[in-house]
Amino acid sequence: MDPSLLRKLNAERHARRAVVHLTDLGDGRDRVIRESDPVAGALGEAIASAFRSGKSGMVEIEGRTFFLNVHLPPARIVVIGAVHISQALAVMAKVAGFDLTIIDPRTAFATPERFPDVELIADWPQDVLPERPLDAYTALVAVTHDPKIDDFPLKEALASGCFYVGALGSRKTHANRVERLKAEGVEEDVMARISAPIGLDIGAANPAEIAVAVLADIIQSFRRRDLGTELRP
Amino acid sequence: MEQVAADALDPLAIAERWMDDGREVALATVVETWGSAPRPVGSHLVIDGEGNFHGSVSGGCVEGAVIAEAADVIAGGQPRMLEFGVADETAWRVGLSCGGRIRVYVERVG
Repeated sequence: MDPSLLRKLNAERHARRAVVHLTDLGDGRDRVIRESDPVAGALGEAIASAFRSGKSGMVEIEGRTFFLNVHLPPARIVVIGAVHISQALAVMAKVAGFDLTIIDPRTAFATPERFPDVELIADWPQDVLPERPLDAYTALVAVTHDPKIDDFPLKEALASGCFYVGALGSRKTHANRVERLKAEGVEEDVMARISAPIGLDIGAANPAEIAVAVLADIIQSFRRRDLGTELRP
Repeated sequence: MEQVAADALDPLAIAERWMDDGREVALATVVETWGSAPRPVGSHLVIDGEGNFHGSVSGGCVEGAVIAEAADVIAGGQPRMLEFGVADETAWRVGLSCGGRIRVYVERVG
């Protein structure tokens, strides 16, 4: 493997772009292919299929054997709200292997003392998200209860195809939220993607247990996501 | 920024860092598995010229053998395909205790 190719591969992965590292096992030659790079013929089809499934593997094409190593961006969680649930979720998400970012404009909540070792941004989602766009490999968790803070990122998450969109609040709170978002033009079938009340129904009774329910819900959504459609850019 | 923690355990990031440090580096990749293989296809083990390593291609069963082969690959420059299955019960050699089989591609970086 060429050093410059390793650098390119790492740069793509770091930028959260899906790539295939293709190696011709016959002569050892390799290259890095982005989703948008055109590759003709049977090899192109094999690459497209690898991007869709996320599965690495060997293929034989015209007597040559290739290894396709698919690198999809690691799943991450963006939490809107530096609340008690987020404190527990931050710790658990790290153990489960997710990157996690917390956004909350309320500086009384978003303090490093309450969130050690977590990426914490004390700013409005409206100001943060344009710089750090949500994507299909992101789960959005909105837990402030405050429409001023939660509504915008929820809309953004639905529009950018986040694999999970969850919002804290009772059924009544959520019904009000649905009305507000509908008034802003969000379609009802799109709205149905919001997990609310947030998390799997495991009878969670305190912030830590709710965090478990949310994380389990996220893992379920990620592992059972529709690879054929949702992750296509 | 949020990838800093993950990078500390990422074999490909470590391979790049080692390369920048002027070390000789080999990369081993699981390219095929049969049965109950411990690590999925695409898993990496990065090895340097001194035998330091990071990552895994099995649950620790065959890493020693892969590291030994990597030294030859670093010296010779030619990539190699290795195959591991269950070790013969009487032979004292490495194998996969889980009963699976794996193929591992070892190449030099640079």
